[in-house]
Amino acid sequence: MNLFADAFAWLFDPLNWQGSGSIPQRIAEHLGYTAAAMILAMVIAVPLGWWIGHTGRGKELVVGLTGAARALPSFGLLFLFVMLVGVLLREPAAVVVLMLLAIPPILAGAYSGFEVIDRRTIDAARAVGMTEWQILFKVEVPLGLPLLFGGLRSAILQIIATAVLIVYIGLGGLGYDIVQGIELRRYDQMLGSALLVIALALVFDALFALLERWAVPRGVRAGRNTDVRTTPHGRRATAELSATT
Amino acid sequence: MFTARNKGRFAVMATVVGASLALTGCASGDPLTPEPDAGGPSDTIVIGSQAYYSNEIIAELYAQALEEGGFTVERNYQIGQRDAYIPALEAGEVDLFPEYTGNLLQFWNPDTTATQSDEVFAELVTVVPEGLQVLDQSTASDQDSYNVTAEFADANGLSSIADLAGVDGLILGGAPELEERPYGPSGLLDVYGVTVAFEATGDTTVESLLAGIVNVANVFSADPRIGQNGLVTLADPEGLFLASNVVPIASADLPQEAIDIINAVSAALTPEGLVALNVQSTVDQLGFAEIATQWLTENGFLG
Repeated sequence: MNLFADAFAWLFDPLNWQGSGSIPQRIAEHLGYTAAAMILAMVIAVPLGWWIGHTGRGKELVVGLTGAARALPSFGLLFLFVMLVGVLLREPAAVVVLMLLAIPPILAGAYSGFEVIDRRTIDAARAVGMTEWQILFKVEVPLGLPLLFGGLRSAILQIIATAVLIVYIGLGGLGYDIVQGIELRRYDQMLGSALLVIALALVFDALFALLERWAVPRGVRAGRNTDVRTTPHGRRATAELSATT
Repeated sequence: MFTARNKGRFAVMATVVGASLALTGCASGDPLTPEPDAGGPSDTIVIGSQAYYSNEIIAELYAQALEEGGFTVERNYQIGQRDAYIPALEAGEVDLFPEYTGNLLQFWNPDTTATQSDEVFAELVTVVPEGLQVLDQSTASDQDSYNVTAEFADANGLSSIADLAGVDGLILGGAPELEERPYGPSGLLDVYGVTVAFEATGDTTVESLLAGIVNVANVFSADPRIGQNGLVTLADPEGLFLASNVVPIASADLPQEAIDIINAVSAALTPEGLVALNVQSTVDQLGFAEIATQWLTENGFLG
Protein backbone atom coordinates (compact mmCIF):
# COMPACT_ATOMS: atom_id res chain seq x y z
CA MET A 1 0.00 0.00 0.00
CA ASN A 2 1.37 3.37 -0.94
CA LEU A 3 -0.03 5.98 1.39
CA PHE A 4 0.82 8.93 -0.83
CA ALA A 5 -0.77 7.39 -3.90
CA ASP A 6 -3.93 6.76 -1.86
CA ALA A 7 -3.90 10.31 -0.55
CA PHE A 8 -3.67 11.72 -4.08
CA ALA A 9 -6.41 9.37 -5.23
CA TRP A 10 -8.60 10.76 -2.43
CA LEU A 11 -7.67 14.33 -3.34
CA PHE A 12 -8.60 13.90 -6.99
CA ASP A 13 -11.71 11.78 -6.46
CA PRO A 14 -14.49 13.89 -8.05
CA LEU A 15 -16.90 12.65 -5.34
CA ASN A 16 -14.91 14.60 -2.78
CA TRP A 17 -15.26 17.80 -4.76
CA GLN A 18 -19.04 18.13 -4.62
CA GLY A 19 -21.89 18.21 -2.14
CA SER A 20 -21.82 19.17 1.50
CA GLY A 21 -18.50 18.70 3.23
CA SER A 22 -16.66 18.75 -0.10
CA ILE A 23 -13.04 19.79 -0.42
CA PRO A 24 -13.89 23.26 -1.87
CA GLN A 25 -16.29 23.87 1.02
CA ARG A 26 -13.62 22.92 3.57
CA ILE A 27 -11.06 25.14 1.87
CA ALA A 28 -13.58 28.01 1.84
CA GLU A 29 -14.28 27.55 5.55
CA HIS A 30 -10.58 27.38 6.30
CA LEU A 31 -9.76 30.49 4.28
CA GLY A 32 -12.84 32.31 5.60
CA TYR A 33 -11.69 32.06 9.20
CA THR A 34 -8.11 32.80 8.12
CA ALA A 35 -9.19 35.96 6.30
CA ALA A 36 -11.41 37.21 9.12
CA ALA A 37 -8.67 36.70 11.69
CA MET A 38 -6.00 38.25 9.43
CA ILE A 39 -8.05 41.39 8.71
CA LEU A 40 -8.92 41.93 12.38
CA ALA A 41 -5.30 41.35 13.43
CA MET A 42 -4.07 43.83 10.80
CA VAL A 43 -6.60 46.47 11.85
CA ILE A 44 -5.29 46.24 15.39
CA ALA A 45 -1.60 45.46 15.01
CA VAL A 46 -0.52 47.58 12.03
CA PRO A 47 -1.49 51.01 13.42
CA LEU A 48 -0.25 50.01 16.87
CA GLY A 49 3.07 48.81 15.47
CA TRP A 50 3.47 51.98 13.42
CA TRP A 51 2.69 54.13 16.43
CA ILE A 52 5.26 52.28 18.54
CA GLY A 53 7.81 52.50 15.71
CA HIS A 54 7.18 56.19 15.10
CA THR A 55 7.16 57.36 18.69
CA GLY A 56 9.54 54.74 20.10
CA ARG A 57 7.14 54.28 23.00
CA GLY A 58 6.33 50.78 24.24
CA LYS A 59 9.15 48.94 22.44
CA GLU A 60 9.47 46.60 25.43
CA LEU A 61 5.83 45.65 24.91
CA VAL A 62 6.50 44.39 21.38
CA VAL A 63 9.61 42.46 22.34
CA GLY A 64 7.91 40.87 25.33
CA LEU A 65 4.68 40.14 23.51
CA THR A 66 6.23 38.45 20.49
CA GLY A 67 8.35 36.25 22.71
CA ALA A 68 5.51 35.30 25.04
CA ALA A 69 3.09 34.64 22.18
CA ARG A 70 5.16 31.69 21.04
CA ALA A 71 4.23 29.92 24.24
CA LEU A 72 0.46 30.41 23.78
CA PRO A 73 -1.29 27.04 23.73
CA SER A 74 -3.68 27.63 20.83
CA PHE A 75 -5.83 24.56 21.51
CA GLY A 76 -6.33 25.46 25.15
CA LEU A 77 -7.04 29.07 24.24
CA LEU A 78 -9.69 27.99 21.75
CA PHE A 79 -11.56 25.96 24.38
CA LEU A 80 -11.14 28.62 27.01
CA PHE A 81 -12.78 31.20 24.76
CA VAL A 82 -15.63 28.94 23.72
CA MET A 83 -16.32 28.07 27.35
CA LEU A 84 -16.16 31.75 28.31
CA VAL A 85 -18.52 33.10 25.66
CA GLY A 86 -20.65 29.98 25.14
CA VAL A 87 -21.06 27.79 22.07
CA LEU A 88 -23.54 30.15 20.46
CA LEU A 89 -20.64 32.55 19.91
CA ARG A 90 -18.14 29.93 18.82
CA GLU A 91 -17.48 31.53 15.42
CA PRO A 92 -16.33 34.87 16.88
CA ALA A 93 -14.42 32.97 19.56
CA ALA A 94 -12.48 31.07 16.90
CA VAL A 95 -11.74 34.27 14.98
CA VAL A 96 -10.52 36.03 18.12
CA VAL A 97 -8.19 33.16 19.05
CA LEU A 98 -6.70 33.02 15.55
CA MET A 99 -6.38 36.81 15.61
CA LEU A 100 -4.50 36.69 18.92
CA LEU A 101 -1.98 34.35 17.32
CA ALA A 102 -1.52 36.67 14.36
CA ILE A 103 -1.11 39.93 16.25
CA PRO A 104 2.45 39.47 17.61
CA PRO A 105 4.18 38.78 14.28
CA ILE A 106 2.30 41.62 12.56
CA LEU A 107 3.08 43.98 15.43
CA ALA A 108 6.73 43.01 15.28
CA GLY A 109 6.81 43.46 11.50
CA ALA A 110 5.17 46.88 11.59
CA TYR A 111 7.36 48.10 14.42
CA SER A 112 10.71 46.72 13.25
CA GLY A 113 10.08 48.09 9.75
CA PHE A 114 10.31 51.55 11.29
CA GLU A 115 13.06 50.60 13.70
CA VAL A 116 15.57 49.67 11.00
CA ILE A 117 15.21 52.97 9.14
CA ASP A 118 18.38 55.01 9.37
CA ARG A 119 17.58 57.80 11.86
CA ARG A 120 19.40 60.27 9.59
CA THR A 121 16.74 59.69 6.92
CA ILE A 122 14.00 60.68 9.35
CA ASP A 123 15.99 63.63 10.65
CA ALA A 124 16.49 64.76 7.07
CA ALA A 125 12.76 64.52 6.42
CA ARG A 126 12.07 66.58 9.51
CA ALA A 127 14.76 69.09 8.48
CA VAL A 128 13.16 69.74 5.09
CA GLY A 129 9.99 70.66 6.94
CA MET A 130 7.82 67.55 6.68
CA THR A 131 5.05 67.26 9.26
CA GLU A 132 4.92 64.17 11.50
CA TRP A 133 2.13 62.73 9.35
CA GLN A 134 4.18 63.31 6.20
CA ILE A 135 7.19 61.62 7.80
CA LEU A 136 4.97 58.71 8.75
CA PHE A 137 3.31 58.14 5.39
CA LYS A 138 5.98 59.40 2.97
CA VAL A 139 9.10 58.09 4.69
CA GLU A 140 8.50 55.53 7.39
CA VAL A 141 5.61 53.53 5.94
CA PRO A 142 7.15 52.99 2.47
CA LEU A 143 10.54 52.11 3.97
CA GLY A 144 8.99 49.81 6.55
CA LEU A 145 6.68 48.01 4.14
CA PRO A 146 8.94 45.04 3.29
CA LEU A 147 9.31 44.09 6.95
CA LEU A 148 5.59 44.58 7.52
CA PHE A 149 4.86 42.11 4.74
CA GLY A 150 7.35 39.77 6.38
CA GLY A 151 5.30 39.98 9.56
CA LEU A 152 2.05 39.37 7.66
CA ARG A 153 3.70 36.39 6.01
CA SER A 154 4.49 34.62 9.25
CA ALA A 155 1.10 35.60 10.70
CA ILE A 156 -0.88 34.02 7.87
CA LEU A 157 1.23 30.85 8.04
CA GLN A 158 0.45 30.61 11.73
CA ILE A 159 -3.28 31.07 11.15
CA ILE A 160 -3.55 28.58 8.30
CA ALA A 161 -1.74 25.99 10.36
CA THR A 162 -3.79 26.62 13.50
CA ALA A 163 -7.20 26.86 11.82
CA VAL A 164 -7.04 23.06 11.58
CA LEU A 165 -8.13 23.04 15.22
CA ILE A 166 -11.48 24.78 14.77
CA VAL A 167 -13.09 21.45 13.88
CA TYR A 168 -12.95 20.56 17.56
CA ILE A 169 -15.49 23.25 18.31
CA GLY A 170 -17.60 22.25 15.35
CA LEU A 171 -16.58 24.79 12.74
CA GLY A 172 -15.23 22.60 9.94
CA GLY A 173 -12.26 23.71 7.93
CA LEU A 174 -9.62 21.37 6.54
CA GLY A 175 -9.11 19.89 10.00
CA TYR A 176 -12.52 18.22 9.64
CA ASP A 177 -11.34 15.50 7.31
CA ILE A 178 -8.21 14.95 9.37
CA VAL A 179 -10.05 14.50 12.66
CA GLN A 180 -12.80 12.42 11.05
CA GLY A 181 -10.15 10.32 9.31
CA ILE A 182 -8.39 9.48 12.58
CA GLU A 183 -11.52 7.86 14.03
CA LEU A 184 -12.60 6.18 10.80
CA ARG A 185 -9.07 4.98 10.03
CA ARG A 186 -9.14 6.67 6.63
CA TYR A 187 -5.49 7.48 6.24
CA ASP A 188 -5.85 8.57 2.62
CA GLN A 189 -8.34 11.23 3.71
CA MET A 190 -6.14 12.37 6.59
CA LEU A 191 -3.01 12.66 4.50
CA GLY A 192 -4.90 14.25 1.60
CA SER A 193 -6.29 16.99 3.85
CA ALA A 194 -2.92 17.49 5.49
CA LEU A 195 -1.38 17.97 2.04
CA LEU A 196 -4.07 20.55 1.25
CA VAL A 197 -3.20 22.49 4.40
CA ILE A 198 0.47 22.40 3.41
CA ALA A 199 -0.37 23.53 -0.12
CA LEU A 200 -2.46 26.45 1.17
CA ALA A 201 0.34 27.49 3.52
CA LEU A 202 2.92 27.37 0.72
CA VAL A 203 0.72 29.34 -1.68
CA PHE A 204 0.18 32.15 0.82
CA ASP A 205 3.81 32.08 1.88
CA ALA A 206 4.86 32.53 -1.75
CA LEU A 207 2.30 35.29 -2.26
CA PHE A 208 3.57 37.29 0.68
CA ALA A 209 7.18 36.63 -0.32
CA LEU A 210 6.39 38.28 -3.65
CA LEU A 211 4.66 41.21 -1.89
CA GLU A 212 7.67 41.57 0.38
CA ARG A 213 9.95 41.88 -2.62
CA TRP A 214 7.61 44.18 -4.51
CA ALA A 215 7.31 46.51 -1.51
CA VAL A 216 10.97 47.50 -1.49
CA PRO A 217 10.91 51.17 -2.64
CA ARG A 218 12.79 51.99 -5.84
CA GLY A 219 15.04 54.44 -4.02
CA VAL A 220 16.14 51.80 -1.55
CA ARG A 221 16.96 49.35 -4.31
CA ALA A 222 19.01 51.95 -6.18
CA GLY A 223 20.81 53.09 -3.05
CA ARG A 224 21.80 49.63 -1.90
CA ASN A 225 25.42 49.84 -3.09
CA THR A 226 26.04 52.96 -1.03
CA ASP A 227 25.16 51.53 2.35
CA VAL A 228 25.95 47.85 2.55
CA ARG A 229 25.56 47.62 6.32
CA THR A 230 21.80 47.76 6.35
CA THR A 231 21.20 45.23 3.56
CA PRO A 232 20.68 41.55 4.27
CA HIS A 233 23.54 39.16 3.77
CA GLY A 234 22.53 37.69 0.38
CA ARG A 235 22.04 41.08 -1.16
CA ARG A 236 25.24 42.46 0.29
CA ALA A 237 27.25 40.24 -2.00
CA THR A 238 25.41 41.71 -4.95
CA ALA A 239 25.80 45.21 -3.68
CA GLU A 240 29.54 44.78 -3.21
CA LEU A 241 29.87 43.14 -6.57
CA SER A 242 28.10 45.93 -8.41
CA ALA A 243 29.96 48.53 -6.36
CA THR A 244 33.30 47.23 -7.56
CA THR A 245 32.36 46.90 -11.22
CA MET B 1 24.06 40.17 -9.88
CA PHE B 2 24.83 36.60 -10.91
CA THR B 3 26.04 35.46 -7.49
CA ALA B 4 22.78 36.18 -5.72
CA ARG B 5 20.59 34.84 -8.49
CA ASN B 6 22.55 31.58 -8.62
CA LYS B 7 22.37 31.28 -4.87
CA GLY B 8 18.61 31.68 -5.04
CA ARG B 9 18.31 29.04 -7.73
CA PHE B 10 20.52 26.70 -5.78
CA ALA B 11 18.33 27.14 -2.73
CA VAL B 12 15.19 26.33 -4.73
CA MET B 13 16.84 23.25 -6.26
CA ALA B 14 18.06 22.10 -2.87
CA THR B 15 14.57 22.45 -1.42
CA VAL B 16 12.96 20.53 -4.29
CA VAL B 17 15.54 17.72 -4.14
CA GLY B 18 15.32 17.56 -0.35
CA ALA B 19 11.54 17.48 -0.36
CA SER B 20 11.34 14.71 -2.96
CA LEU B 21 13.88 12.64 -1.03
CA ALA B 22 11.86 13.11 2.12
CA LEU B 23 8.64 12.13 0.36
CA THR B 24 10.17 9.00 -1.16
CA GLY B 25 11.47 8.04 2.25
CA CYS B 26 7.98 8.28 3.69
CA ALA B 27 6.36 6.35 0.89
CA SER B 28 8.65 3.31 0.98
CA GLY B 29 8.04 2.41 4.64
CA ASP B 30 4.50 1.64 5.76
CA PRO B 31 3.88 3.65 8.93
CA LEU B 32 0.82 1.54 9.77
CA THR B 33 2.59 -1.79 10.19
CA PRO B 34 3.08 -2.59 13.87
CA GLU B 35 6.56 -2.80 15.29
CA PRO B 36 7.90 -6.33 15.78
CA ASP B 37 7.40 -8.02 19.16
CA ALA B 38 9.42 -6.21 21.78
CA GLY B 39 8.67 -8.80 24.46
CA GLY B 40 8.62 -8.09 28.15
CA PRO B 41 9.02 -9.69 31.53
CA SER B 42 6.35 -12.39 31.72
CA ASP B 43 5.83 -12.24 35.49
CA THR B 44 4.67 -8.61 35.30
CA ILE B 45 1.16 -7.89 34.05
CA VAL B 46 1.20 -4.79 31.84
CA ILE B 47 -2.14 -2.97 31.91
CA GLY B 48 -2.98 -0.43 29.25
CA SER B 49 -5.80 2.08 28.80
CA GLN B 50 -7.25 4.42 26.22
CA ALA B 51 -6.70 8.15 26.51
CA TYR B 52 -10.23 8.40 27.96
CA TYR B 53 -10.63 9.10 31.65
CA SER B 54 -13.39 6.55 32.27
CA ASN B 55 -11.32 3.82 30.62
CA GLU B 56 -8.33 4.75 32.73
CA ILE B 57 -10.38 4.42 35.93
CA ILE B 58 -11.41 0.87 34.93
CA ALA B 59 -7.78 0.03 34.14
CA GLU B 60 -6.83 1.27 37.59
CA LEU B 61 -9.54 -0.97 39.13
CA TYR B 62 -7.90 -3.97 37.43
CA ALA B 63 -4.43 -2.83 38.50
CA GLN B 64 -5.19 -2.42 42.20
CA ALA B 65 -7.27 -5.62 42.35
CA LEU B 66 -4.41 -7.59 40.80
CA GLU B 67 -1.86 -6.02 43.14
CA GLU B 68 -4.05 -7.06 46.07
CA GLY B 69 -3.97 -10.57 44.62
CA GLY B 70 -0.18 -10.57 44.75
CA PHE B 71 0.62 -9.78 41.11
CA THR B 72 3.19 -7.27 39.93
CA VAL B 73 1.53 -4.71 37.70
CA GLU B 74 2.96 -2.22 35.25
CA ARG B 75 0.68 0.67 34.29
CA ASN B 76 0.95 1.78 30.70
CA TYR B 77 -2.05 4.11 30.47
CA GLN B 78 -3.28 6.53 27.84
CA ILE B 79 -1.96 4.62 24.86
CA GLY B 80 -4.56 6.27 22.63
CA GLN B 81 -6.65 4.90 19.77
CA ARG B 82 -7.37 1.26 18.95
CA ASP B 83 -4.94 1.47 16.06
CA ALA B 84 -2.17 2.12 18.52
CA TYR B 85 -2.95 -0.33 21.31
CA ILE B 86 -4.41 -3.39 19.55
CA PRO B 87 -1.06 -4.01 17.79
CA ALA B 88 0.65 -3.55 21.16
CA LEU B 89 -1.67 -6.18 22.66
CA GLU B 90 -1.08 -8.53 19.76
CA ALA B 91 2.66 -8.07 20.12
CA GLY B 92 2.50 -8.96 23.81
CA GLU B 93 3.67 -5.54 25.02
CA VAL B 94 0.40 -5.08 26.91
CA ASP B 95 -1.32 -7.96 28.73
CA LEU B 96 -4.63 -6.51 29.87
CA PHE B 97 -6.83 -3.72 28.57
CA PRO B 98 -10.36 -2.54 29.43
CA GLU B 99 -12.42 -2.49 26.25
CA TYR B 100 -16.00 -2.12 25.03
CA THR B 101 -17.65 -5.09 23.31
CA GLY B 102 -19.44 -3.35 20.42
CA ASN B 103 -16.69 -0.99 19.35
CA LEU B 104 -14.11 -3.74 19.61
CA LEU B 105 -16.23 -6.12 17.53
CA GLN B 106 -16.64 -3.41 14.92
CA PHE B 107 -12.87 -2.94 14.84
CA TRP B 108 -12.28 -6.59 13.94
CA ASN B 109 -15.46 -7.11 11.95
CA PRO B 110 -16.69 -3.84 10.46
CA ASP B 111 -19.64 -5.58 8.76
CA THR B 112 -21.13 -7.10 11.90
CA THR B 113 -24.91 -7.05 12.21
CA ALA B 114 -25.08 -7.94 15.91
CA THR B 115 -26.36 -5.14 18.13
CA GLN B 116 -27.75 -6.67 21.32
CA SER B 117 -25.41 -7.20 24.23
CA ASP B 118 -25.32 -11.02 24.20
CA GLU B 119 -25.10 -11.35 20.42
CA VAL B 120 -22.25 -8.87 20.33
CA PHE B 121 -20.32 -10.70 23.04
CA ALA B 122 -20.91 -14.11 21.43
CA GLU B 123 -19.61 -12.84 18.11
CA LEU B 124 -16.70 -10.99 19.69
CA VAL B 125 -15.40 -14.23 21.20
CA THR B 126 -15.20 -15.76 17.72
CA VAL B 127 -13.25 -12.91 16.10
CA VAL B 128 -10.55 -12.42 18.73
CA PRO B 129 -7.13 -12.94 17.12
CA GLU B 130 -4.87 -15.76 18.23
CA GLY B 131 -2.88 -14.95 21.35
CA LEU B 132 -5.64 -12.79 22.82
CA GLN B 133 -8.79 -13.56 24.79
CA VAL B 134 -11.80 -11.66 26.06
CA LEU B 135 -12.77 -12.20 29.68
CA ASP B 136 -16.33 -11.96 31.03
CA GLN B 137 -18.24 -8.84 30.05
CA SER B 138 -19.56 -6.50 32.69
CA THR B 139 -23.14 -5.27 32.83
CA ALA B 140 -21.71 -1.76 32.83
CA SER B 141 -21.74 -0.24 29.40
CA ASP B 142 -20.44 2.93 27.86
CA GLN B 143 -21.86 3.29 24.39
CA ASP B 144 -23.09 5.85 21.94
CA SER B 145 -26.58 7.09 22.70
CA TYR B 146 -28.88 9.77 21.35
CA ASN B 147 -29.95 12.38 23.85
CA VAL B 148 -32.35 15.32 23.82
CA THR B 149 -33.08 18.00 26.40
CA ALA B 150 -35.98 17.35 28.78
CA GLU B 151 -37.92 20.32 27.32
CA PHE B 152 -37.51 19.04 23.77
CA ALA B 153 -38.60 15.56 24.85
CA ASP B 154 -41.70 16.97 26.56
CA ALA B 155 -42.62 19.25 23.69
CA ASN B 156 -42.45 16.43 21.14
CA GLY B 157 -43.42 13.46 23.33
CA LEU B 158 -40.11 11.67 22.86
CA SER B 159 -38.95 8.58 24.71
CA SER B 160 -37.53 6.44 21.91
CA ILE B 161 -35.52 7.17 18.78
CA ALA B 162 -38.56 5.97 16.82
CA ASP B 163 -40.54 8.95 18.16
CA LEU B 164 -38.19 11.28 16.29
CA ALA B 165 -39.72 10.18 12.98
CA GLY B 166 -42.54 12.71 13.29
CA VAL B 167 -40.33 15.68 14.16
CA ASP B 168 -39.18 18.19 11.55
CA GLY B 169 -35.95 20.18 11.49
CA LEU B 170 -33.83 17.74 13.48
CA ILE B 171 -30.14 18.50 13.75
CA LEU B 172 -27.90 15.74 15.04
CA GLY B 173 -24.71 16.77 16.79
CA GLY B 174 -21.65 14.64 17.46
CA ALA B 175 -18.03 14.05 16.62
CA PRO B 176 -17.09 14.49 12.94
CA GLU B 177 -16.84 10.73 12.38
CA LEU B 178 -20.50 10.21 13.39
CA GLU B 179 -21.43 11.51 9.93
CA GLU B 180 -19.99 8.31 8.43
CA ARG B 181 -20.81 5.78 11.15
CA PRO B 182 -23.42 3.06 10.50
CA TYR B 183 -25.50 4.46 13.39
CA GLY B 184 -25.15 8.03 12.13
CA PRO B 185 -27.59 9.91 9.86
CA SER B 186 -27.79 7.05 7.33
CA GLY B 187 -28.58 4.48 10.05
CA LEU B 188 -31.24 6.73 11.57
CA LEU B 189 -32.98 6.90 8.21
CA ASP B 190 -32.67 3.19 7.41
CA VAL B 191 -33.61 1.81 10.81
CA TYR B 192 -36.08 4.37 12.15
CA GLY B 193 -37.02 6.45 9.11
CA VAL B 194 -35.72 9.56 10.87
CA THR B 195 -34.25 12.32 8.72
CA VAL B 196 -31.64 14.52 10.37
CA ALA B 197 -29.19 17.17 9.30
CA PHE B 198 -25.71 16.65 10.73
CA GLU B 199 -23.62 19.17 12.60
CA ALA B 200 -20.11 18.19 13.70
CA THR B 201 -20.09 19.69 17.17
CA GLY B 202 -16.91 17.87 18.17
CA ASP B 203 -15.95 18.34 21.79
CA THR B 204 -18.74 20.84 22.41
CA THR B 205 -21.61 18.42 21.74
CA VAL B 206 -23.33 18.64 25.14
CA GLU B 207 -22.93 22.43 25.25
CA SER B 208 -24.32 22.69 21.71
CA LEU B 209 -27.36 20.61 22.67
CA LEU B 210 -28.03 22.82 25.68
CA ALA B 211 -27.56 25.97 23.59
CA GLY B 212 -29.97 24.72 20.94
CA ILE B 213 -27.47 24.55 18.07
CA VAL B 214 -28.42 20.89 17.72
CA ASN B 215 -31.49 19.13 19.13
CA VAL B 216 -30.26 15.53 19.19
CA ALA B 217 -26.80 14.77 20.54
CA ASN B 218 -24.61 11.69 20.56
CA VAL B 219 -23.24 11.34 24.10
CA PHE B 220 -21.60 8.31 25.73
CA SER B 221 -24.17 6.62 27.95
CA ALA B 222 -21.94 6.69 31.04
CA ASP B 223 -21.30 10.43 30.71
CA PRO B 224 -22.28 12.11 34.01
CA ARG B 225 -23.44 15.19 32.12
CA ILE B 226 -26.53 13.29 30.96
CA GLY B 227 -27.77 13.22 34.56
CA GLN B 228 -26.44 16.62 35.52
CA ASN B 229 -28.21 18.41 32.69
CA GLY B 230 -31.39 16.35 32.88
CA LEU B 231 -30.91 15.03 29.34
CA VAL B 232 -33.26 12.34 28.10
CA THR B 233 -31.53 9.34 26.54
CA LEU B 234 -33.77 7.99 23.80
CA ALA B 235 -34.46 4.26 23.90
CA ASP B 236 -33.14 2.19 21.02
CA PRO B 237 -35.66 -0.66 20.52
CA GLU B 238 -34.41 -1.57 17.04
CA GLY B 239 -30.79 -1.87 18.13
CA LEU B 240 -29.30 0.94 16.04
CA PHE B 241 -26.35 1.16 18.40
CA LEU B 242 -24.08 -1.73 19.12
CA ALA B 243 -24.22 -2.67 22.77
CA SER B 244 -20.85 -1.78 24.22
CA ASN B 245 -20.35 -3.42 27.56
CA VAL B 246 -17.11 -3.06 29.43
CA VAL B 247 -15.00 -6.10 28.68
CA PRO B 248 -11.38 -6.86 29.53
CA ILE B 249 -9.22 -8.04 26.67
CA ALA B 250 -6.16 -9.98 27.74
CA SER B 251 -3.27 -11.98 26.40
CA ALA B 252 -4.03 -15.71 26.17
CA ASP B 253 -1.37 -16.60 28.72
CA LEU B 254 -2.75 -14.49 31.56
CA PRO B 255 -2.64 -16.66 34.74
CA GLN B 256 -5.97 -18.20 35.81
CA GLU B 257 -5.85 -16.51 39.25
CA ALA B 258 -5.57 -13.13 37.54
CA ILE B 259 -8.49 -13.98 35.25
CA ASP B 260 -10.60 -14.89 38.30
CA ILE B 261 -9.83 -11.57 39.97
CA ILE B 262 -10.67 -9.53 36.87
CA ASN B 263 -13.90 -11.47 36.25
CA ALA B 264 -14.96 -10.74 39.83
CA VAL B 265 -14.32 -7.00 39.26
CA SER B 266 -16.36 -7.08 36.03
CA ALA B 267 -19.21 -8.82 37.82
CA ALA B 268 -19.26 -6.15 40.53
CA LEU B 269 -19.19 -3.22 38.10
CA THR B 270 -22.74 -2.09 37.32
CA PRO B 271 -23.95 0.56 34.84
CA GLU B 272 -24.83 2.92 37.71
CA GLY B 273 -21.50 2.11 39.34
CA LEU B 274 -19.62 3.16 36.22
CA VAL B 275 -21.47 6.49 36.01
CA ALA B 276 -20.71 7.04 39.72
CA LEU B 277 -17.00 6.41 39.06
CA ASN B 278 -17.09 8.94 36.22
CA VAL B 279 -18.83 11.50 38.43
CA GLN B 280 -16.07 11.15 41.02
CA SER B 281 -13.56 12.07 38.35
CA THR B 282 -15.34 14.86 36.47
CA VAL B 283 -17.32 16.43 39.32
CA ASP B 284 -15.44 15.60 42.49
CA GLN B 285 -12.07 15.88 40.73
CA LEU B 286 -10.58 12.88 42.55
CA GLY B 287 -7.49 11.11 41.22
CA PHE B 288 -7.94 7.81 39.38
CA ALA B 289 -5.98 5.83 41.99
CA GLU B 290 -8.08 7.28 44.80
CA ILE B 291 -11.35 6.56 42.98
CA ALA B 292 -10.28 2.98 42.31
CA THR B 293 -9.16 2.34 45.90
CA GLN B 294 -12.46 3.65 47.22
CA TRP B 295 -14.56 1.51 44.86
CA LEU B 296 -12.52 -1.65 45.47
CA THR B 297 -12.77 -1.16 49.23
CA GLU B 298 -16.54 -0.62 49.09
CA ASN B 299 -16.95 -3.75 46.99
CA GLY B 300 -14.80 -5.90 49.22
CA PHE B 301 -11.78 -6.36 46.93
CA LEU B 302 -9.38 -4.52 49.22
CA GLY B 303 -9.03 -5.47 52.83
